[in-house]
Amino acid sequence: MHVRQLVVTDFRSYATAQLDLGPGVTTLVGLNGQGKTNLVEAIGYAASLSSHRVATDQPLVRFGAERATIRAVVVRHGRDSTIDLELNPGRANRAHLNRSPVPRPRDVLGTLRTVLFAPEDLALVKGDPAERRRFLDDLLVARQPRWAGVRSEYDRVLKQRNALLKQGAPLLRAGGRARRPRPGDPDADEARESVLHTLHVWDTHLAAVGSQLLYARLRLTRDLTPDLTSAYDAVSESTSGASMTYRCSVHEEMAERIAAGEVPEPAELEAAIGASLAAARDTELERGITTVGPHRDDLVLRLGELPAKGYASHGESWSFALGLKLAAYQLLRRDLGDDPVLILDDVFAELDSRRRERLAELVADCEQVIVTAAVPGDVPAALLAAGATASVTLGQVSQG
Amino acid sequence: MYEGVVQDLIDELGRLPGVGPKGAQRIAFHLLAADPADVTRLSEILARVKDTVRFCQTCGNVAEADQCRICLDTRRDRTIICVVEEPKDVLAVERTREFRGLYHVLGGAISPMDGIGPGDLRIRELVARLADGTVTEVILATDPNVQGEATATYLSRLLKDLGLTISRLASGLPVGGDLEYADEVTLGRAFEGRRSVHG
Repeated sequence: MHVRQLVVTDFRSYATAQLDLGPGVTTLVGLNGQGKTNLVEAIGYAASLSSHRVATDQPLVRFGAERATIRAVVVRHGRDSTIDLELNPGRANRAHLNRSPVPRPRDVLGTLRTVLFAPEDLALVKGDPAERRRFLDDLLVARQPRWAGVRSEYDRVLKQRNALLKQGAPLLRAGGRARRPRPGDPDADEARESVLHTLHVWDTHLAAVGSQLLYARLRLTRDLTPDLTSAYDAVSESTSGASMTYRCSVHEEMAERIAAGEVPEPAELEAAIGASLAAARDTELERGITTVGPHRDDLVLRLGELPAKGYASHGESWSFALGLKLAAYQLLRRDLGDDPVLILDDVFAELDSRRRERLAELVADCEQVIVTAAVPGDVPAALLAAGATASVTLGQVSQG
Repeated sequence: MYEGVVQDLIDELGRLPGVGPKGAQRIAFHLLAADPADVTRLSEILARVKDTVRFCQTCGNVAEADQCRICLDTRRDRTIICVVEEPKDVLAVERTREFRGLYHVLGGAISPMDGIGPGDLRIRELVARLADGTVTEVILATDPNVQGEATATYLSRLLKDLGLTISRLASGLPVGGDLEYADEVTLGRAFEGRRSVHG
């Protein structure tokens, strides 16, 4: 698929802007702060209904304006689809697909698929586990939208369970402290009994929903690893053996099997989460938080035997993050039987000239690639020559 | 800000569920412009509702006496109880005219975030109702959301040793709807709960 046209109004620095695109490579060139990334951000938003830079919609609306709009015309198998989005910060956003309103904005998801690589993605390698979990979960949703529902259900169960742990802690703490009610006190016994019983219920639900999410992440990790290894090798022209394993917060025996690359059946994972929750009961009550479950897991990225985090150089980290995104691209491409739109935001400036050339070769066969760069010199000549260039100056796009 | 009693009225209306500041203002001015007889009737009903409407001592549904008309109805099947969260859910099930048993209204669902635990719901009353062995089946009809599911799980564990048939309402597709309009979670549940067409 490719984006044929992007039109934005009151989006970021743009009052209005129109960008016409074709298949192949399009390079957006402009100095810093001129609005290149804003354009690719709008394309990313049309695909995922979220920005890769900010968590809320408010900063996306031009200062002083009430709403922003994004229109993306997507061509897939020779047919046009038009996504229209209206961003109303503080109120519900609205969406149209092919000029008809859709009941929920998320109904437009899947019409356009993008893989966006931006400087922020360095956090995939250097940042907190939450970044890597989100990478996996976002990719799950991109492959199958139903995972968005599972993920939000898991979050709700988790919040409820944490709230209960906080309430239950004073009642349940072990040891005969002076301020505690006497053990024989029937009211206190009943309250304790009730909290424990309720906690079992939340354990069951956390294990049931959590094991689904965990199983999906494990399968994804397994599917993605070969692509990661080859993408990293291709970008870095090496055979450093980039790989990844899933670090799971369940009990040791299961965690070891998972770290070794095994993908146990969902029922087994559910039992493991349940058992681990039971084992962590005292700690959890002490701390008032849930310490077991997919929300505590991590993806361990390795170069050879060493963990990438902490050991990889800046350039290696950069290539690793790029490798993850290119692997995601390959996976979606196989799933869909169609190319997602690849967006490379300010990537080339960070790579040495050999890696730039390698990346240019890698993306040459993609249906559509959108590249941003501060100066044309950063972009390999082969890419510039093969595609179109648009220059961006102070919120104005001029196409030649 | 309006003066005195008008603003008081708007503030009071604004505290009602589903009514925002704009809506409260609209209702207030509607009342000011309305026929005095209509307003008097409304105020009388408001005054009466708290005095006369009570909750059924047996099932917790709204009633005008100690027991609601469903619990008093001798034609109803006393061996089966349908457990719901709110009185409005009773009405929803009643509309189906499928169910001829009795109800039990919990008065909410387990939600630690809102500080609602099993002790805040009418669960003790439910267990007491089951004690004499008349009831043989319990249908758990709590809402199909996280809190409702947790409440159903809690109850099913609590009641599992009483030798009753316990069932949970099925989740799935709305009848008369289009498959393409179903959200992914509902459709996913419908797949999980699919039934064989032959026997």
